[in-house]
Amino acid sequence: MPDVIVLDAVSRVFPTDPPVRALRDIGLRVRRGDYVAIVGPSGSGKSTLLNTLGLLDRPTSGSYLLNGTETTVLGDGARTRLRGREIGFVYQSFHLLPHRTVAENVMLAEVYGGHPRRHRRRRALEALELVGMSHRVDFPPGRLSGGERQRVAIARALMGEPALLLCDEPTGNLDSGNTEAVLDLFDGLHAHGLTLLVITHEDEVSARAGRRVRISDGVLTEE
Amino acid sequence: MDIRDLWAEALAGVLARPVRSALTTLGTVLGITTLVITLGVAATAGNQIVGRFDELTATAITVEVPAGPGGPLVGWDSPAEVRRLRGVTSVSALAQTEESSNLRVTANDLVDPTRVTGQTLAVVAGDPELPRAARGRMVEGRFFDAGHVRRGDRVVVLGDQAARMLGVTRLTGAPAVFIEDRAYTVIGVLGGLGREQVLSTAVIVPPTTGVGLGLRNVTRVLVNTSLGAADLIARQAPVALSPNHHDELQVISPPTPKRARDGVQDDVNGLFPILGLVSLVVGAVGIANVTLVTVMERVSEIGLRRSLGAARRHIAAQFLLESTLIGMTGGVIGAGAGLVSVVAVSAAQRWTPVLDARLALAAPVAGALVGLLAGLYPALRAARMEPADALR
Ligand SMILES: Nc1ncnc2c1ncn2[C@@H]1O[C@H](COP(=O)(O)OP(=O)(O)OP(=O)(O)O)[C@@H](O)[C@H]1O
Ligand SMILES: [Mg+2]
Repeated sequence: MPDVIVLDAVSRVFPTDPPVRALRDIGLRVRRGDYVAIVGPSGSGKSTLLNTLGLLDRPTSGSYLLNGTETTVLGDGARTRLRGREIGFVYQSFHLLPHRTVAENVMLAEVYGGHPRRHRRRRALEALELVGMSHRVDFPPGRLSGGERQRVAIARALMGEPALLLCDEPTGNLDSGNTEAVLDLFDGLHAHGLTLLVITHEDEVSARAGRRVRISDGVLTEE
Repeated sequence: MDIRDLWAEALAGVLARPVRSALTTLGTVLGITTLVITLGVAATAGNQIVGRFDELTATAITVEVPAGPGGPLVGWDSPAEVRRLRGVTSVSALAQTEESSNLRVTANDLVDPTRVTGQTLAVVAGDPELPRAARGRMVEGRFFDAGHVRRGDRVVVLGDQAARMLGVTRLTGAPAVFIEDRAYTVIGVLGGLGREQVLSTAVIVPPTTGVGLGLRNVTRVLVNTSLGAADLIARQAPVALSPNHHDELQVISPPTPKRARDGVQDDVNGLFPILGLVSLVVGAVGIANVTLVTVMERVSEIGLRRSLGAARRHIAAQFLLESTLIGMTGGVIGAGAGLVSVVAVSAAQRWTPVLDARLALAAPVAGALVGLLAGLYPALRAARMEPADALR
């Protein structure tokens, strides 16, 4: 089976004046089931790297194989389908739709990309059970605590059974208790074989990961 | 993406901000209401006018002939000149004087001699074209022809009311009537008159026969024209009838129905549709504006949807459908309000409302179209966003 992520000499230059070289010649290999923490100071290029890995952004140069597929040559539509199928995202700010219930927010993950409508709610409830949110299924997200919101967002990311979970500061808005709960959840997912990439500032978070890479000024180094 | 999911997402998007969505429909509601009222009232009023100024009156011309000092102004053969004019369908001359209007007429009632059958009736002389020109039909028997006229036969045709008053119901046995104690054979009964209703209570004699009753000169000419020719014929007929004294003739032409109708239609057709269209444009701009604001507010939602696998066209379709739904809602409400208004206006004017079902169906479609057009630019903006920028 191919590695989940193979980056080779990936650069991302934002064409501003002066140009910003957010990623410089990055090489990275992530195997199936890896749990990788990406650390680095603010503005070092962590989010840019995550967007590139999540096919939300295109590298200026270099090669990126996702599950053995060369993504840099794909068109917009193919990248979108691949993203929907292979990748789950978890953000610092949750990105839950305020006017929809918890269950509806989770079900949103199956709206695009040809998933069957049958049993969608059942699958959403299973995902919510996995993150321990079964008791808040029909709540609007506004009534949830920060930790609960992030668990709902994780349930949504798990809904499409992705090969890869990309998390940008998932505990950035949480207190230590909630951070602990989310990290326990990640440990469980890792134990089930999911591939995880987590951007973080916090040592407590990166300490849980099996592997840590540091990025500073767009240059990646293994620790 | 399943089309049902698209519907559900768009509907949820509209219902997420119900007050804003409702306010956004207002412009469209106003525009569609105005247009429906305009079209509905125009159709209703148009129907009224057609009812009042029907084809019959719009094509009837009467020429009154005054008594000329030096002989008759119009001869009995003059109608032939008018008949030649293009657009004339029938012409007839008749004579009626003050004296001939109150003559004593009696019938020899063989069935019931005791019945009082004497009446004071008008006696009118007319040419054989009279039934056609008066737009009547022979209820019994026939009208006199050129032969009767030439020979000066003592025959009469009764108007249907006159026949009833005189008790002449059947023509078998050649009933006679007495005008001033002279007998005339009744050969027909004229009824169903479309114009010149006085004839229904009159006794009609051939011109040659009328001379004996003081009906020497033509006093009136009835002209019928094809639709739209009345104006022209009204100007040409006097000249044809009496080339030398045409300005002494008095022409009574229909009250130009075209103009009466235009008057009403000008009111409803001039200002209101413009108002409706302006409201509709304002409504479209309103929807476009609000949808654009909504798109900007939902940038992170757009980013999220893209990260969940939504293609650009899915984003565009959702916002287009949302603005279309808002426009269509405006159209539905506008159609309802408009139709209610048409009924109310009709009730106030005692008109029969004319409600076109196509109008009720077209209004929501028009509203949806307005919404669709208004949503084009915002949807394009939403679809163009780069997911990485949208999620920042
Ligand atoms: N669209 C853009 N155009 C120009 N410059 C950009 C753009 N996006 C990011 N940058 C720049 O690229 C660099 C890396 O940004 P990035 O968001 O990846 O940092 P980060 O490591 O995630 O920081 P933080 O920890 O604060 O989130 C920064 O200097 C930033 O200003
Ligand atoms: Mg960042």
